[in-house]
Amino acid sequence: MTAIPNSYRTGPDEKGLFGIYGGRFVAETLMPLILQLEQSYKNAKADPSFQAELDDFLEHYVGRPSPLYFAERLTEHLGGAKIYMKRDELNHTGAHKINNVMGQILLARRMGKKRIIAETGAGQHGVATATACARFGLECIIYMGEVDIARQAPNVFRMKLLGATVVPAKSGSRTLKDALNEALRDWVANVEDTFYCIGTVAGPHPYPEMVRDFQSVIGKETKVQMMKREGRLPDSLIAAIGGGSNAMGLFHPFLDDASVEIIGVEAAGHGLKKKHAASITGGKPGILHGNRTYLLMDDDGQITEGHSISAGLDYPGIGPEHAWLHDMKRVQYVSATDKEALEAFQLCCKLEGIIPALEPSHALAHVMKIAPKLPKEHLMVMNMCGRGDKDIFTVADILGVKL
Amino acid sequence: MSTRIDRRFVVLKEERRAALVTFVSAGDPDYDTSLKIIQGLPKAGSDMIEMGMPFTDPMADGPAIQAGGLRALAGGQTMKKTLKLLKAFRADDDVTPVVLMGYYNPIYVYGVEKFLVDAKKAGADGLIIVDLPPEEDDELCIPAMKAGLNFIRLATPTTDDARAPKVFKNTSGFVYYVSVLGITGTKAPDLKSVKQNVNRLRKHTSLPICVGFGVKTAEQARVIAKDADGVVVGSALVSAVEKSLNKQGKATAKTPKAVHDMVREIAKGVRA
Repeated sequence: MTAIPNSYRTGPDEKGLFGIYGGRFVAETLMPLILQLEQSYKNAKADPSFQAELDDFLEHYVGRPSPLYFAERLTEHLGGAKIYMKRDELNHTGAHKINNVMGQILLARRMGKKRIIAETGAGQHGVATATACARFGLECIIYMGEVDIARQAPNVFRMKLLGATVVPAKSGSRTLKDALNEALRDWVANVEDTFYCIGTVAGPHPYPEMVRDFQSVIGKETKVQMMKREGRLPDSLIAAIGGGSNAMGLFHPFLDDASVEIIGVEAAGHGLKKKHAASITGGKPGILHGNRTYLLMDDDGQITEGHSISAGLDYPGIGPEHAWLHDMKRVQYVSATDKEALEAFQLCCKLEGIIPALEPSHALAHVMKIAPKLPKEHLMVMNMCGRGDKDIFTVADILGVKL
Repeated sequence: MSTRIDRRFVVLKEERRAALVTFVSAGDPDYDTSLKIIQGLPKAGSDMIEMGMPFTDPMADGPAIQAGGLRALAGGQTMKKTLKLLKAFRADDDVTPVVLMGYYNPIYVYGVEKFLVDAKKAGADGLIIVDLPPEEDDELCIPAMKAGLNFIRLATPTTDDARAPKVFKNTSGFVYYVSVLGITGTKAPDLKSVKQNVNRLRKHTSLPICVGFGVKTAEQARVIAKDADGVVVGSALVSAVEKSLNKQGKATAKTPKAVHDMVREIAKGVRA
């Protein structure tokens, strides 16, 4: 039996583990590099000038802090909990991804790396990486599944405008997991000059920790903003989860605040008994992409293809810290289907004048399920982690509208 | 405790030549053809066999071996069938060493203890698991050594003198030197740096050193065999399988022969 820890915020341990999850399951070629990255990140973390430089870029380039917005009409419509949205879709490049990218690119510069590679699903992390690389004059190569390239054409064009090379991942299911495989293969072949900018709280240690730290700005701001608005902590936090970086960013600063209920929403796709991308709800522990975590796979340990309407959630794994928080029961993991997310997407457009990305639409779908049953004084924060401009073609297609 | 691997290297030392180590994906393109391929390898000149355990996401492999693994999976290959294949091979051959090579997840899901028992029983001599660096030795390496299986580690151009002792600490059987920075079968090895690195690594280990990743010709094998104790050929053989298939991607009568012919050709390099 695992005892309740004094703090949920001390992980990972020196081996990069959160309980049994995480670790460094990579090829030997990468190991010296990963150890070097870990050391460089440790040094940067301890150096006030690194944080000062990052803060400056977050304020003046990314546009932080992002507002904590009271969604008045959605609150009235649902008739229960008081709903706030953390507006990370207002960041430069339109999603939370840039928070992490700025941190990693500044670190890459400190390490003297000139060539940046990244994987992307929906294209938001790819766009953010291409943006930061343009800003600092770094070479940028983005791996993206062939299927995702087709369904996220606007983001592909954005990356190209920003000077990045977009390389289609043609193996396997040709989505995010395959883009990650291709990025790892590139890294193995170019260890000398290349920095791998991972977009989510997954991968070998120290990535889950590092990405979490960079995204935690979301939760830290939320805490301060909520104290200012309401004079107390929120009662619940809700965020969508693919790999889980926006969720971890919002959740982590609140993990030791026992009164705060925390809920992660996975993508249930066509339904949990059909094709979906809910790794915790429908998967089991295994090893992929450098870490042990919950994965979608068959009985033989072969990774299966996830499905979600949202390319950003279409990943058969989840960050190892989420896996641990699930086992510890500190965070509750639920799911929302494509259909539910689409309904939430439309409702948000009409009631709040905000076109959400399909990823946070999953979080909204859960808000719609639970908010009506909660009292009016219940303070709920939902992470509006991306804007939906990139998704209008997907949505139009499903609604049968020709653009 | 000596394994078939240890015994084979003793014999090769007497013959004063390097080993030819051949990699094929188990079940590629189907179980029956794969068995025929593997059964014919020793006679074609292979001194040691690496059987790939197919995985959907082989992050250190190039397009040829990725495709081979996916063909096997499409043909219904599973871990159980891979062990069955090995057992079937062992029915006629109790001397050629067989190393199971792959990624950790299918083993983890099969169950580490059960896998080690079943693999040993099927006739495996060693394991090469690409995504288990020494930092994760407790997972499989230590249990495998206790179960009497060699745990063969990859050393790479990034394994410098500071790191080498850590990499070799729990290694047995032989050391697999990855001759290129990169994935399997994509770049040709820089033969000069291979010589330097093999000699450098010898300062850290007395185990035989086999060299692979990118070896495709008898000439490359001949040059590498001058300094190394073994030469590994993989992608070239898996590509030979692919080229022999019919339009539907199924095996033809030529498939086993295509692999064996290539092995015979490259074997000349280590026997020159």
